[in-house]
Amino acid sequence: MPTLYEELEKDVRYREGLKACFNCGVCTAICPAAEVSDYDPRRILNIVQEKDETALEELLKGDEIWRCGECLSCKTRCPRGNTPCYVIQALRGLSIETGFFIESEQGRKQLAIKRTVGDHILKYGYCVYIDEVDLEMYPEQGPVWNWLRENRLSLLHRLNTSYKKDQAGTLRNTNKESLEDLKRIFDETGGTQRFEKIERYSSIKAKELNMDFKEGKDEYFRYLYNR
Amino acid sequence: MISRKNEIWAAYQKEIADDHYYFARSCIRQNIFPAAENLYLNILRNVTGKDIYDDARQTTCTGIAYHSGLIPMETIMTVVARQFALMNKAGYENFVVSCVTSFGIYVEMLETWKHFPETEQKTREALKRATGMTFLIPKNLVHASDVIYKFREEIAAKSKYRLVNTNTGESLKVVDHIGCHYAKIFPSHGIGGAEYPYVLAGLIDEWGGQQVDYPERRHCCGFGFRQYLLKSNRGYSVSNSKKKFDSMFPFKPDLIIANCPGCTFFLDRWQYVIAEQEGITYGENGYGIPVLTYEEIAGLLLGYDPWDIGLQTHQVSVEPLLDKIGIRYNPEQKYNGFNGEDIGSPEYPQVLKCI
Repeated sequence: MPTLYEELEKDVRYREGLKACFNCGVCTAICPAAEVSDYDPRRILNIVQEKDETALEELLKGDEIWRCGECLSCKTRCPRGNTPCYVIQALRGLSIETGFFIESEQGRKQLAIKRTVGDHILKYGYCVYIDEVDLEMYPEQGPVWNWLRENRLSLLHRLNTSYKKDQAGTLRNTNKESLEDLKRIFDETGGTQRFEKIERYSSIKAKELNMDFKEGKDEYFRYLYNR
Repeated sequence: MISRKNEIWAAYQKEIADDHYYFARSCIRQNIFPAAENLYLNILRNVTGKDIYDDARQTTCTGIAYHSGLIPMETIMTVVARQFALMNKAGYENFVVSCVTSFGIYVEMLETWKHFPETEQKTREALKRATGMTFLIPKNLVHASDVIYKFREEIAAKSKYRLVNTNTGESLKVVDHIGCHYAKIFPSHGIGGAEYPYVLAGLIDEWGGQQVDYPERRHCCGFGFRQYLLKSNRGYSVSNSKKKFDSMFPFKPDLIIANCPGCTFFLDRWQYVIAEQEGITYGENGYGIPVLTYEEIAGLLLGYDPWDIGLQTHQVSVEPLLDKIGIRYNPEQKYNGFNGEDIGSPEYPQVLKCI
């Protein structure tokens, strides 16, 4: 059975993102996430390059790798050409593949993202779609958005979009053939299996926490999304 | 100092095709500012006379899912390959990306294929198995604002207005926000690179405004992908935007011009949230600072009606900016629906002054 490091090294983002880090800390200094949360990319890169399996497992089971905002400011600034964010991307993938993501409060929130953005992609062909963005889930959208959304058939027609129409243009319906292409790409490249893993591991955690777990915005989703 | 910087920017130009573009749409822009992309296509076709193709078959690039740690790299790589295949089928070779996140994604996949050629081969095989498609790599791949930058002089020549306060005769003070993924990941793909991005600053200079060079000019808007997508994590997002607003506030900007759909959204909406939660407003007289995209500003200067180009869908009211520029508008038509239908109007926030 391959070690966690052997699995990590299969990911090109890990190989591209970490050559040799000399721990200068510039990535942490420039990082917007480090400024507002308990997140230290310098520390993470150091753990990873020391190749300590136990420490790596702790990282994969912890909150810290989920705090990065993937702005990639670290890529611009690293004097050695490393990209801490790419290493984080590889760690996040491995955390889901191993099921370790459910061991941390932040990691287990991936289910809520899967059930919003992930499901929207396969249902609508968009990561974000107006029908799903209401003020209860996105209160910062504010009153103008609420007015736009409630009157979207008329207003989006005024603004000459293709909302709910089978033609080119803004907010067009993604046609059946394109949605089927997306689904087959997900099946072929591990996207579908990734989603299934998130659901399967999450169901175990929800049971452990004695929470209702079905689909969509169930009790476990609301707990992850809001808390 | 400024002229020295300009010399450096001038060295960081990139190739932008002259004509015949395939347009890749943005998820956020289509939803949040739903008139922006039609305006972009309209300007390219009817003002500059260019050919740009809008394809009904394209889908999301899945970039928001990828940067939230949700999908494997192989998946997004193959979705990107399908978009290139659609471009080939339509007979185009110049790919124009409407979203900065997507732009970073497309460039990242191209760069990964260069550094790890086996990933390109695997992607070709996966795309073939999944869809039967094959693809050629675009001859030219740029962000949508790059094309506006390329034709900025022509747009200025055809404009009715300038970024000038008609009451004082002074140039408007304009903050530019490039968006992290435009050039921080791959500097050579951005005009001016990562250090001196000129894609929006060039528009400000050409269209009569003055740049605001404030301390947090290059700081992230705070999207953070999974940090915004979860209600529980949004403190990250608003904190980063607030850091920028606090930093730009002493310079009294008249306008923020944004490159990225997400950034436009956050810089607009977080002003509303900060006003309601903290009682702080950053514009004049209790208003916010208007946040517009590059084509929205181009559209205004060219004389498009502000309500036809969707400026009523911004939370921060744009009228103070229109009044400064001297743009005439009909306030009665702002909140009309299709064919003048009365669809009411948005509620007023408690703190942020809106019209």
